[in-house]
Amino acid sequence: MNRFAALLDALVFTPQRNGKLRLLRDHFAETADPERGWALAALTGALDLPTAKPAMIRALVADRVDPVLFAWSYDFVGDLAETTALIWPGPRDGARLRNAPPPTLSEVVEELRAATRAEVPALVAGWLDMLDATGRWALLKLVTGGMRVGVSERLAKTAVAGIGAVALEAVEEAWHALRPPYEALFAWVEGREGRPDIEAAARFRPMMLSHPLEDADLAAMLPPDFAAEWKWDGIRVQIAATAGERRLFSRTGEDIGDAFPDVMAAVDFTGVLDGELLVVRDGAVAPFADLQQRLNRKTVGPKLLASHPAWVRLYDILLDGEEDVRELPFDARRARLEAWHAAHRPARMDLSPLIGFAEWPELVEIRTGARAAAIEGLMLKRRASPYLAGRPKGHWYKWKREPLAADCVLMYAQRGHGKRSSFYSDYTFGLWSDGALVPVGKAYFGFTDEELQQLDRWIRNHTIQRFGPVREVEPGLVLEIVFDGVQRSTRHKSGLAMRFPRVSRIRWDKPAAEADRLETLAAMLADTATPAG
Amino acid sequence: MHIASPRPEDWLVVRPEGLHCVPGDFFVDPTRPVERALVTHGHADHARAGHGRVLATAETLAIMASRYGPAFAGATQALAYGEVLTIGGARVHLAPAGHILGSAQAAIEHAGTRVVVSGDYKRRRDPTCAAFEPVPCDVFVTEATFGLPVFRHPDDRHEVARLLDAHRRNPDRTLVVGVYALGKCQRLLCLLREAGYDRPVHIHGALEGLCGLYRDHGIDLGPLLPATVAERAALAGSIVLAPPGAIADRWARRLADPIVAMASGWMGVRQRARQRGVELPLVISDHADWDELLATLGDVGAPRVWVTHGREEALVHAARAMGIDARALALVGFEDEDS
Repeated sequence: MNRFAALLDALVFTPQRNGKLRLLRDHFAETADPERGWALAALTGALDLPTAKPAMIRALVADRVDPVLFAWSYDFVGDLAETTALIWPGPRDGARLRNAPPPTLSEVVEELRAATRAEVPALVAGWLDMLDATGRWALLKLVTGGMRVGVSERLAKTAVAGIGAVALEAVEEAWHALRPPYEALFAWVEGREGRPDIEAAARFRPMMLSHPLEDADLAAMLPPDFAAEWKWDGIRVQIAATAGERRLFSRTGEDIGDAFPDVMAAVDFTGVLDGELLVVRDGAVAPFADLQQRLNRKTVGPKLLASHPAWVRLYDILLDGEEDVRELPFDARRARLEAWHAAHRPARMDLSPLIGFAEWPELVEIRTGARAAAIEGLMLKRRASPYLAGRPKGHWYKWKREPLAADCVLMYAQRGHGKRSSFYSDYTFGLWSDGALVPVGKAYFGFTDEELQQLDRWIRNHTIQRFGPVREVEPGLVLEIVFDGVQRSTRHKSGLAMRFPRVSRIRWDKPAAEADRLETLAAMLADTATPAG
Repeated sequence: MHIASPRPEDWLVVRPEGLHCVPGDFFVDPTRPVERALVTHGHADHARAGHGRVLATAETLAIMASRYGPAFAGATQALAYGEVLTIGGARVHLAPAGHILGSAQAAIEHAGTRVVVSGDYKRRRDPTCAAFEPVPCDVFVTEATFGLPVFRHPDDRHEVARLLDAHRRNPDRTLVVGVYALGKCQRLLCLLREAGYDRPVHIHGALEGLCGLYRDHGIDLGPLLPATVAERAALAGSIVLAPPGAIADRWARRLADPIVAMASGWMGVRQRARQRGVELPLVISDHADWDELLATLGDVGAPRVWVTHGREEALVHAARAMGIDARALALVGFEDEDS
């Protein structure tokens, strides 16, 4: 655990990518199995442990520390794991436990995996007694999930590939067929064994991702080189039906099939397809909020299946039957997809149509006209590009429609976490309705560090009331908020919810009374029905 | 007629200028110019220029003269640790506070009651100043800079070892350490020498004056060289000390591939260190940590404690749990975070 803790600690304080990569590579090269494999799993989010909820950590601390002092400390530090690690007073029975050797990462993982949920608190408390402050911090990060040390899954894989002679692409291709603690992966990368068998089960293949289109990009792009599609407002999925198995994967390779038995029932073929998961009723795509009802569920009842039917709008094919077609250019894959679809006609699936255009201005007009709730904008895909893993430059572009905007009044502010702890960085804002402000949303990004400091100062000087970590401020500061759409919401008092709200400008100059009214936002409600492709 | 002896809160009172001793008619660490000031130590938020008369240790007076020029006050009087002085109706003596060179606690007696104003203090060994001496008293006035149980400072030798380890592992990079110009800078230099580092340490121009002053007071800081950015290549592989404001500035960016370190008690909180762009946080503090604050309350045995600046509410809460009559003293003007 100490070694893993030292790695996390160093990663937190190393800002540069290359510095982080060096730390990871050294760790993987110098640490033995299975310790390094568990570290890799923890960093890539592949550890499946009975995780501890923040409430459990709070309960453990409350048992050892004066709750008043803990509350003040937490408010000051702004991070539950760090506060707990620093404040933990050590074992009740003095030096006995402190002198026991601290647990290794493998011991922690193995014991947690074998433990029932009820046994976790006592295990964690015992380890906290044996570790130093850095070790405690790392342990708490591990058990609460979410390392937040600035290491992407891809960076961790790059480091693994970096200790041997296997290409990153090969590691990524095999990744989803491998399981922690990755002994076979390390053996392969270090050249001690061949590539592990990755075809024994239906596995996730890394998706091809897009870049946002910048204005400068368009000038250098020729219209005939690109195909255009709608950018659907659902979630990206991969249907994998190989090796006699069927899976529905999210963009990160998580198997979400259990929540979508309606879609899974329609998978009666062999192949791997790429598309958008949507809720579609009578051929019309429902707003994202409807799809949200279906997400993050372990099971789904018949009522919800009937009221929120799922659908997949396909736009690419990776395996046509058993044939890997990823090397083919987009145009050829599209032809394969259309032929495949015509031959199989699977239920609950259709094709995302191509949008015909000759010149960019034509497409600009189409994009501007696209106000339907289920469409976020356009996708541009280079016709000659193969299906490449990751986010390669120059192949796929997302071209979101212009955001909507409203001038809102800051109402409440809350302290941030992580790098922003101690700064008031989470803002709740409202619009005028009958002379009073009604909250319409929350935003916590869209401003620079310098603006954050100015906002923080303004908030501290204009607080009228405090509720724990939240401050209510005078209605005196206007924020220009941009967002991708407006939906009806029963959860918000205003009855409306913004999609992806963020601060675009701080209107220091604008009197609060001149901010927008709630009716203005209501008028932006998008059409909910979208014709099927 | 029975006359009750005056209560300390009636003769030691908070005024806009600072803490006022009524029978002696002087202020302790006033933040505005006053006729008579007793200054506990030379940090700028405690020692200001422009008072009529200043009473302090000879070292503190020398520090003030070095920072503000010889005419920083109308008149000065040096008081050695332990020497007793009567000022009006008050008897005053100073005791070491262990914070920086010349730092003192002020013990003020009146009407049979002794109040100790501790200024800033720490309990760890510091080769650059005399160690804190607990003075038994009726009222102890304490700071609470690190008055939360999340602050438990590690051994400073451990922190210096980490600094030297980073230095050894990065022979081509410049290790820039942010240090407060008065106290931390000189203490870190002494700690480096004690750990066996005998190569020249480069110091930013803003640190030169006070390093000279410490040397004049017989404190050996080892070989020092000016940190001139023009000699970028020469600074690669060396340790550079600079004021906190300079480490995240353009000045530091012009150095050869710098590793930014910072020596401060605040570095114990990861996110604080990250907010300052620090890659190597060193927890080296000139203030008492949580355990030391509580231990000090026990050592001085005062039934009453007044808490001045920092996280007063937590220390007041903990002191009350120890059976001490504690309250926060609303003093303004002392710098708090990252001062």
